[in-house]
Amino acid sequence: MVLTATAERKTALYERHVEAGAKMVDFFGWAMPMYYRGIVAEHDRVRSTAGIFDVSHMGQLVVRGADALAAIERLTTNRAASLEEGRIQYSIMCYEDGGIVDDVLVYRLPERYMLVVNASNCEKDLEWIRSNVSGDVSLEDHSDHTQLVAIQGPKSEDVLGRVVEADLSALGYYRAAWLDVLGTKTLVSRTGYTGEDGFEIYCVNDLAPLVWDALLTAGSEWEVEPIGLGARDTLRLEMGYHLYGQDIDATRTPVEAGLSWVVKKDKGDFIGREAILALEEEGASERLVGFVLEGRGVPRPGQRMVSGGEGVGAVTSGTYSPSLQRGIGLGYVGVQAGGDLGIEMRGRTVPAKRVRPPFYRGGSARRKK
Amino acid sequence: MSEGLKYTEEHEWLRIEGEEATLGLTEYAQGELGDIVYVELPAVGLELSPGDVLSTVESVKSVSELCAPVAGEVTEVNTALDADPAIVNKDAEGEGWILKMKLAPDADTSGFMTSEQYEAHTKG
Repeated sequence: MVLTATAERKTALYERHVEAGAKMVDFFGWAMPMYYRGIVAEHDRVRSTAGIFDVSHMGQLVVRGADALAAIERLTTNRAASLEEGRIQYSIMCYEDGGIVDDVLVYRLPERYMLVVNASNCEKDLEWIRSNVSGDVSLEDHSDHTQLVAIQGPKSEDVLGRVVEADLSALGYYRAAWLDVLGTKTLVSRTGYTGEDGFEIYCVNDLAPLVWDALLTAGSEWEVEPIGLGARDTLRLEMGYHLYGQDIDATRTPVEAGLSWVVKKDKGDFIGREAILALEEEGASERLVGFVLEGRGVPRPGQRMVSGGEGVGAVTSGTYSPSLQRGIGLGYVGVQAGGDLGIEMRGRTVPAKRVRPPFYRGGSARRKK
Repeated sequence: MSEGLKYTEEHEWLRIEGEEATLGLTEYAQGELGDIVYVELPAVGLELSPGDVLSTVESVKSVSELCAPVAGEVTEVNTALDADPAIVNKDAEGEGWILKMKLAPDADTSGFMTSEQYEAHTKG
């Protein structure tokens, strides 16, 4: 996680975090909770029952107009045309050279598309989209008046079911619907970044603290509690989910990042298509791989990865996995590298084993697909 | 913070009894590090000069190196931390001690802070 200068931006839940005694950090200009009770305890809460997250720093960009679909198809690598109303897909925006602008969720909503983008990229994405659309397309940034509250964990449906007037069992994985949340029609999707079943609730600003409080009250019998960015990172890394700015960025393509599954080369032209086709033809020189440490230690971004005594790459994400009780990580290594792997930490090399993510396979989201 | 302990600017505490010192990470420092998952312990018998790295403490979010505040020889390490490093989170200035050392004859123990001075230091 990259922390920048003094945080100036606050979400509508800032007071809740401070009152709860959260350790606050500056996350790309946003004052966000790193943890409340402790990263491991919060991580375990999400894996065992459920926890709630403030992810209001994420951006929501809305695309409308007769040519909206054509614009999304040109801007993103996945097949947006296959989205039915109320469906969501994971996708990528690329530059012409195949480098990644951002990874996004594309929501197909009535008469519009919504892109959910990384907080660190929101302004860049807005500019990129604006300069690459044509025809009857309007672009709106809804980030300032949208707060995003997530509930994640196997008990999410039970807890949220007490707060909304709806049958949540009818809302499938990667689907969205407008539901009555505390009397306000609100967009709710069955999505998340933890590997657990869960929901994301796109609240108008004033609703967010009310939803936050209602979820904590409704979830008290399962000890539902707020979860900070620290556990969000350990949860996502156990699933092998990429984090923009660490595992993917403008210098990496979907081919190297293991994201070819969201690149639909036969869908027609899109930005970056030619570069991606060429790279697949000649073969990428490096690939993102997952590893589990076999010795003690916690891998950290930037540490050198070695094989056969030679440097073969660098760690892009690393942490201690509370579920595996071992160090885990991701990093780019040369495709010629041998099977053995070690991570250099402060002068010693800790052996590691290559593992294809997810590192953790017990998540409740898989059972809902 | 505990009575009778001495503190360093690098967030270590020492209990000095005669020529023996017990050393650990301060309560304040464990709170800053968060969940501690590994404590690397030195070998018994290791001769330490001031500034030598004596332990590496890894938490989920960061890593911290403890350096010897005085010269001496490691006489005992807290092997309970191998199995349960979170003892440092639970009781940093008691059960979570890291090592004991025999102070060198010329060890300078005059520069440490009292608990009141250390508290002021962490709030500064």
